[in-house]
Amino acid sequence: MGSVDRPRPAKKTAKSRRKSTSANEPEFVQLLTPEGQRRSHPDYDVNFTDEEYRGLYRDLVITRELDAQGTALQRQGQLGLWPSLLGQEAAQIGSGRAIKPQDTVFPAYRELGVQWCRGLDIISAFSLFRGVDLGGRDVAADRFQMYEIVIASQTLHAAGYAMGVAKDGAVGGDDGEAVIVYHGDGATAEGDFNEALIWAGVFNAPLVFFCQNNQYAISEPNARQFRVPPYKRAGGFGMPGTLVDGNDVLATYAVTEVALTRARTGEGPSLIEAFTYRMQPHTTSDDATRYRDEAELDYWRAKDPILRYRTWLEAETLADADYFAAIDAEAAAEVRELRQRVMDLPDPDVTEMFDAVYADPPAPLLAERAEAVAFRDSLDEGSES
Amino acid sequence: MATMTMIKALNAGLRRILDEDDKALIMGEDVGRLGGVFRVTDALQKDFGVERVIDTPLSESGIIGTAIGLALRGYRPICEIQFDGFVYPAFDQLVSQLAKIPNRSGGRVRLPVVVRIPYGGGIGAIEHHSESPEAYFAHTAGLKVVTCSDPSDAYWMIQQAAASEDPVIFFEPKRRYHAKAEVDMTEAPLGLYDSRIARTGTTATLISYGPTVDVALNAAEAAAEEGLDLEVVDLRSLAPIDWEPLEASLRKTGRAIVVHEAQGTLGMGSELAARLSERCFYSLEAPVLRVTGYDVPYPASRLEEDYLPNLDRVLDAVDRSLEY
Repeated sequence: MGSVDRPRPAKKTAKSRRKSTSANEPEFVQLLTPEGQRRSHPDYDVNFTDEEYRGLYRDLVITRELDAQGTALQRQGQLGLWPSLLGQEAAQIGSGRAIKPQDTVFPAYRELGVQWCRGLDIISAFSLFRGVDLGGRDVAADRFQMYEIVIASQTLHAAGYAMGVAKDGAVGGDDGEAVIVYHGDGATAEGDFNEALIWAGVFNAPLVFFCQNNQYAISEPNARQFRVPPYKRAGGFGMPGTLVDGNDVLATYAVTEVALTRARTGEGPSLIEAFTYRMQPHTTSDDATRYRDEAELDYWRAKDPILRYRTWLEAETLADADYFAAIDAEAAAEVRELRQRVMDLPDPDVTEMFDAVYADPPAPLLAERAEAVAFRDSLDEGSES
Repeated sequence: MATMTMIKALNAGLRRILDEDDKALIMGEDVGRLGGVFRVTDALQKDFGVERVIDTPLSESGIIGTAIGLALRGYRPICEIQFDGFVYPAFDQLVSQLAKIPNRSGGRVRLPVVVRIPYGGGIGAIEHHSESPEAYFAHTAGLKVVTCSDPSDAYWMIQQAAASEDPVIFFEPKRRYHAKAEVDMTEAPLGLYDSRIARTGTTATLISYGPTVDVALNAAEAAAEEGLDLEVVDLRSLAPIDWEPLEASLRKTGRAIVVHEAQGTLGMGSELAARLSERCFYSLEAPVLRVTGYDVPYPASRLEEDYLPNLDRVLDAVDRSLEY
């Protein structure tokens, strides 16, 4: 099991260079090639049971189908917006399954797969993008904070929370708590992200920065966000940085587990850059044809995270056609249920915009609330006559 | 009763907060070993330790952002922004996060964070050290904004702010930091969001807060020599505003003059004038007038006496009000 603390990537050797699958690819941690071949790595490995290996496939497929339903629901006018994670399933499932129950997650706004891995009801992602609410949940019990729309803001919240974990003395052993914060390549250009690295480093916070580098901040490619890849920046902040094949569910699991173990045992923060690709536009409101072409999409289709994993499962005879069919059926049932639940979400009452702003709402706000209710009621009466 | 400066009163209040609540933290630039650039947090780190009184990186967005995270973990941070003009790097975390997360959560999350900001001019400081940014925060739903004008309020209001489950922006008038007054340390005289009639009168109402309450009181004393009996209201809370006593005062005097250091356009005086005109229209003998800083960036310190509302400008406004 890859729980040994070896945070720094292995030194490049002539041998490891030869093992690279493509001249264009960065030197990342990879345990499963796009062709579905297992590779070994000197520092990282996984050792799942057969059932656990199959479970990752189930997570990948169901997440992809639920996400696709998000896009479909938006197209049908049932959601206002949907930010698809298509292509990033391995980054989210691999890291998500490395998170222990006692850990806390700070997501950005595309982390449906991580939410799924936590065993949480994913309806909050859909109520948020339907505009029924703002994504509120019982975050303390869930240990999965609310989706954050403002880029990189949550990295500071995670740093502060992790400082609190350390203050509570909840680190130091394998049962310690760790915190993981998700963000994208765009976030690495924000001030808050860089401040969060400073704080996490200075206070030795038990925090893992998990950067899903999906190559684009809406239309802008990596070259417009940084000169040096994010994982290399980590060293300057006093923490290890690891580049991992974000389309390899085994590798993302392995590196995340090492980083979380490091955090849990009080050895401090680290940064993972998962090199992946957003196969869909930024959101349903975006038109990606304006900034990237079919050839590029084809290049990444060949690196699909689910296809390679299925190929490997078949080759290892860990799963057969019956298993895959059963997962497809389960995913279809999940999608049907989700679809119905989204359409059944009740519209909020006018009072809901007032009632959660303050613990102790001031009198002028209560007066406004009463006015809004009275006005709404007067319109209702008017429409009846 | 004890006589002390506002700085000592704040220090005593913070000490009591740290004593009574294990989850309370103080965090900010230079607040620990140095005791803060104004010494408001003097000796607190020595007595409560580096885990509770935290010298932070020079990173304002980081201070507020991590305070939010600490609050999510169950802590009750009291942050110091060193000077008014340095709060802007934290603006997103204050306005988009601290103010909005509780509402975003549907009320399941509360963020009991206090942000102390020494503010205002009149101390001969360089640029960015004399500003009055209160209107930005009073405009932001989800925040509460208060300001003290004397040591008693400083001592009690900082404790009441720390006890609030809602985030509170706590403005401290730094030119009043060294003024001494008596503080009754046994019982809070007022609630955090109550206004206070600082002086009763019948001719006109001066409405002020923070550093200019003293200006208004001095103006009222001077006016008394001319036979004018001015009432002075110290707002204390800028969000929410304690409207009822204000309206009662206007119905009595029929005239109001708002005094504040911040620029006039869309400052607190704008809201006060608009709302009081709506609510007290038939009681008013004159429009609500404003004596404020001018609509310019805070000037070089050799000009600040011309910029700041002073006794003569207030009395001039009283005269104008009486001419209607």
